[in-house]
Order: sequence, then structure tokens, then C-alpha cells
Amino acid sequence: MIALWVIPVIPLVGFALNGLLGTRLGKGFVSAVGVGSAGLATLAAYSRLIPYLSSGGGTPVIEPYGSWIVAGSLSIDLSFRLDPLSALMLSFVTFVGFLIHVYSVGYMHHDETDAGYARYFGYLNLFLFAMLVLVLAETFLLMFVGWEGVGLCSYLLVGYYYDREYAAAAGKKAFVVNRIGDFGFLLGMFGLFTTFGSLSYSEVFGKAAGNPALYQPALTLICLCLFVGAVGKSAQVPLYVWLPDAMAGPTPVSALIHAATMVTAGVYMVTRCNVLFRLAPEAMAVVAGIGAFTAIFAGTIAVAQNDIKKVLAYSTVSQLGYMFLACGVGAYVAGMFHVMTHAFFKACLFLGSGSVIHAMGGEQDMRKMGGLKSKLPITFWTFLVATLAIAGIPPLAGFFSKDAILAGAFEAGGLRILWAVGLFTAGLTAFYMFRLVSLTFFGRFRGTPDQEHHLHESPPSMTLPLIVLAILSVVGGWVGLPAVFGENANVFARFLAPVLPGLKGVEEHAALPHATEWALMAVSVLVAAAGLLLAWSWYARGEGRTPARIAAASPGVYALVADKFRIDELYGVLFVKPFYWLSRTLWKVVDVLLIDGVLNAGAFVVELTGDLLRFLQTGNVRNYALTFLLGLVALLLVVAGWI
Amino acid sequence: MIGTIPLSEVLIVSGALFCIGLCGALLRRNAIQIFLSIELMMNSANLAILGYGASLGTREGQIVVFFVIAIAAAEAAVGLAIFVALFRHTETIDVNRINLLKW
Repeated sequence: MIALWVIPVIPLVGFALNGLLGTRLGKGFVSAVGVGSAGLATLAAYSRLIPYLSSGGGTPVIEPYGSWIVAGSLSIDLSFRLDPLSALMLSFVTFVGFLIHVYSVGYMHHDETDAGYARYFGYLNLFLFAMLVLVLAETFLLMFVGWEGVGLCSYLLVGYYYDREYAAAAGKKAFVVNRIGDFGFLLGMFGLFTTFGSLSYSEVFGKAAGNPALYQPALTLICLCLFVGAVGKSAQVPLYVWLPDAMAGPTPVSALIHAATMVTAGVYMVTRCNVLFRLAPEAMAVVAGIGAFTAIFAGTIAVAQNDIKKVLAYSTVSQLGYMFLACGVGAYVAGMFHVMTHAFFKACLFLGSGSVIHAMGGEQDMRKMGGLKSKLPITFWTFLVATLAIAGIPPLAGFFSKDAILAGAFEAGGLRILWAVGLFTAGLTAFYMFRLVSLTFFGRFRGTPDQEHHLHESPPSMTLPLIVLAILSVVGGWVGLPAVFGENANVFARFLAPVLPGLKGVEEHAALPHATEWALMAVSVLVAAAGLLLAWSWYARGEGRTPARIAAASPGVYALVADKFRIDELYGVLFVKPFYWLSRTLWKVVDVLLIDGVLNAGAFVVELTGDLLRFLQTGNVRNYALTFLLGLVALLLVVAGWI
Repeated sequence: MIGTIPLSEVLIVSGALFCIGLCGALLRRNAIQIFLSIELMMNSANLAILGYGASLGTREGQIVVFFVIAIAAAEAAVGLAIFVALFRHTETIDVNRINLLKW
């Protein structure tokens, strides 16, 4: 059996090879190393996962590789952990990552120089390494290393087309906004260390579960700090603004990093810390509130976007909100379930949109597409399957995970406002996704004749990953059937149960009666179907005349939504401008005026003194001799005591 | 011999010689004349030392003067060599025109 550390190290080696030799050895070598290392990492991961799953997979396996940092009372081990949660993440991060590497070969082949191609695969491999470190880490600090690593790769890949200004700016924005979240994560870690004296999962969670009453007071603040980190990484309100801009990167990158894996790291982290969060009900309420608000907010924006990738980006933000809603109401299993199914169907959607953009010669505006159904049959069918999955149509994957979240929100009781928001968002999701499908694949073609002539289905390296992901979008949900299908139908929940230990003083929600659960399912299917049919009739058959009339009736509201509620502009006024002004003041006043001024004044005084004193240097040797004499006379007079 | 002359007179001659040398060194423009004036000042000092040595009845004065004369010879060689080099460069030994160190 291979050690766990081998799994992330394989893509790291791939990164080194591609980075050092890729430019010289050409695209064939880069593809082989890039895809090969992702494939090997997947094989290595599954060679550990399969025995672990077949042995029941209850107890965590911790592999220590020696101590990493030892300083006073701080001692941090370098160790990896395989437990149900990391096994789950590992399974789809490696597999989806591998599929997207394969897809990238087809997507990036034509456009890029050898150097660009090597850089792309180098970064992609580095990303895989960082993501695997993130999910396998056994301590918060090691997780943070992976956390920062994926952030770095996200920056590098968003700004991949660095010669285009908007891409470079989007990369910077992603990095800066993520730093705000990372700062919260750091504060949370400081809090954990001062409270528990350790950063290892087993120790922290063990202590917290062992004596909840002792640690509870500190936990609310710690959990909120950690959640700030999750908000940044997983693009929640108010730090979601970087994700839509991150679509400036190549489409496979959007699929891998900004849909399937990295952005779910926040959900993973909150689920990982569920012991802490469940002991801090206020923090949980914040998580649920932010999640629900993000879900509906981003869903609303997605309705009015015309860029195919922007719709998917806001959809991702919205779905991530869904996952946090699940975590916030205590339905961690449902949250992780949605993380997994979302990885399948959203990766499929992004890759499908990449295939469309590829065929359209780089066009991303849906208003210039239409009627692509017959020209791109494989892309269309896989895209349709993934759309139905995200819309929550049974029996596709998204239905089960979304239903689990809605059931969790319903169970949580109260005014059921979270449930209502979730339900409405489900309808919105179905609507904007089917709007996207209708505009892109149905109706008549609205592009230029040149583009129409150029339309073609993508090569097999691109369509194969689409087919595999579409199949997973269908069957991926069947591991988590709701309880109405039998006590033990939910294999997924049973598998994850060891990660969610019972806690003293935290009561579990009672399971819903079967009749209620059936009713909830029926309602959510109805809402999804309604959204779907509405979008279909408005955009595919009506060619957008009805929505155009609605938009014309209230132009102010429509413009506000289409401009993404002008949140970027608001942040510009609230944060960027004042910060810019502050920086400029520090530069112009403090640096140039004060610091440089003091230095320059000193230099000026020295120069002035020199200017005056140099007149003593006449260059005439007899003057020097006279000075000599006068000095001597003065000295003699002093010695003689006359003056 | 020198012992028969009163010390005060020796010192007067020596002081006069020194002042003549000093004036020459300060007022002359020709480098060689300045050099000779400095030699004159040095020899006035020698004379003063001899005068003191004789009045005290010791030989150390004469020994010191011998040293000074020997070293002055060496110094004259170096000084004249500098003037020759200077002349080759600037075609003049007028110290007023040799003022490269001016501001």
C-alpha cells in the first residue's frame, strides 16, 4: 500500500517537470506529463480509497511523517489523514481533476504557444498538488498551506492570459479578495491555538467534544473567524465578487478550480470543523443566513447575465450558498453531498460551455448563439443532462442533494424562511439554467455566417470527459437516497457518520415523517419544473420577447440586476477608492514629503556647507603657507598664554 | 668658536634668517625660489640649535644638525624631482599658475 504523501507529490513532480523542461520538449511531452501525473495521482488515490472503503471506512487513518514546526509549546506535525470526509474529497478531486486535464489537452492545443501550454499544465498540476494537501492535511496549518496554494494557482490561472488587462486585473482581484478571507482563517487558527494549545484535528475536535462547556464561550468567535476564511474561498456574500471575474481564465480552469474543487474548500473546512460549529449555534445561524442570502442573491443576478460563463459563475456562487445553508442548519451530510454532485454537474456544464465557446471561436455572448443543438450533439446532450441535474429534476444527482438540503432546512424549524429561500432559489436555478440552454442550443443561430461555417463538435479529448461527467451527473446522487427509500438507503450519510460525532448538549433534529418528506420532494420538483418550463417557453419558443417586455416595463430594476446590483461599484466607492486615496496620501505626503524630505534636507545642508567652505581651497600654495603661518602664530600665542 | 659669541646674537641672526626665508617662501612665485627660501629657514633653525648646543656645552646640538643636513639633502632631491616633473607637465613652475586644487 502506498503512503498518502505520494498522492499529492505526483502532481508536484509533474509541475516541476513541466515547469523546468516543458517549454523545450514541446506539447507532446507536456500533455503526457500533465495528464499522466493527474492520472497517476488518481490511480494512487483510488489504490488507497478502495481498500479503505471496503474495510468500512469508519476509523481515520493518520500517517505522521515527522514533526514540522517545534517552537516552545507549539508543535505541529507533518501528517496526512484519511477519514470519510477526506476520502470523499480525494475521490472526486483526483477524478474530476484528471478528466479536466484530459479535456484541457483538446481545449488548449490550438491556441497556445509551447511555453504557454507548458505553463498552463504546470500550474494545473501545481493546483492539484495544493488541493490534495488541503484535503489530506491533518492539521489546520497544513490545510492552510494547501489553502494558500490553491489560492496562488487560482491567481496564476485566472491571470493566465496575462497580456489581456482584464484577465490580469481579475487575477489580482481574486487574490486580494481571498486574502481578506485568509486573514479571517489565520485569526481563527490563532484562536484555536490559544484555546486548545494545538492545531491538529484530532486533538482540537477531541478536546472540544470531550468538554463542550469549557470551550463553548470561545468557539463562537473562532468559528466566525474560520467562516470568514470560508466566505472568501467559497465566494459568499460579501466576498463573492472575485468569482465572476475569475471567468477570465481558460474555461477548464473555471471548471476545475472555480466550480468543482477549490471553491468548495470552504464548505469542506466548515464540515471538517462541524464539531466546533455545532457547539456555536450563533455562528451556525450566521453560516445559514449568509448561505441562504448568497444563494438567492447570486441566483437573481444569474437570471440577467448574457455571458454564458458569467451565468455559470453566478450559478456556482448560488450553489455554494446552498451548501453553506446546509452546513448552517446542521445538515453537513447534505452539504457535502451537494459538494460532490455539484462537482460533477457544474464541471460538466463549464466544460460544455468551453466546448461551445471553442466551437464559436471564442464568442461567449449567448445572444449571438442559438440553434447549436444539431451542430454540437454530444455537447448538447451532456449539457442538457447536467442542466437537468442542477435544476433538481429526479432522478438526477442534483435532485437528491438539493432535496437533502431543503429537507435539512425544513427540519431546522423556526419560521422555515431558510427553506422558503432555498425553494425559491431552486426555481431560479432551473429558470436561469434553462434560459441558458434555450438561448444557446435552441432557436435559430444568431452569430455571423463565418462563425456558423466554423461550427464543429469538439475533439474526443473534450467530449469524453463531458460524457463521463454527464453519466456521473445522472448516477452520482444515487448513493444518497433519502430516508423514504428505506432506513439504509442513504449510503452517503452512513459513510460520513463517523465525521459527525454526537455532542453533549447539542440536540439532533428529529427526522421528518415520510409523508412530509414526500410532500417536500413534490414541491421542489414542481418548483424546478415550473422554472424550467417558464424559461423554455420564454426563451426557446418565444425568442425572448416576453422577458424583453418585462425588462422594458421596469428598466431601472432590470439594469440594476443586469449590472450585478452594482456591488463592484459599491465596493469601489466604499473600499477601493478610500484605500487608493490613503495609499496616495501615504505616498505623496508621508513618503515623498516627510521621509524623502528629511533626507533631502540633510543632504542639502551638507551641500550648502560644502559650497561655502570650498572657497577656502584657493589652489594657491602660498595661501596655504600663509594659513600655516597664521595658525602657527596663533598656536604660539596660545602656548605662551597671551590669548 | 661659536661658543665665544653670545647666545642672544646667534639667535638674532637665526631669527633674521628665518624671517627672510619666511618672506621669501610666502612672497616668491617661482617654485625654486620658494624652495631655496625654505632651505634658508631650515638652516636658520640649524643655527639656533648649534647656538643652544654651544651655550649648554653639549654635542647633541651638532649631532642633530648633521641629521638635519643629511635629511635636507634627500628632501632637496625629492623636491627638485617634483619640480622637474611639474615643469614637464605644465611648462611652468610659477606656483600661482599651478592651482588645480582650486574649488
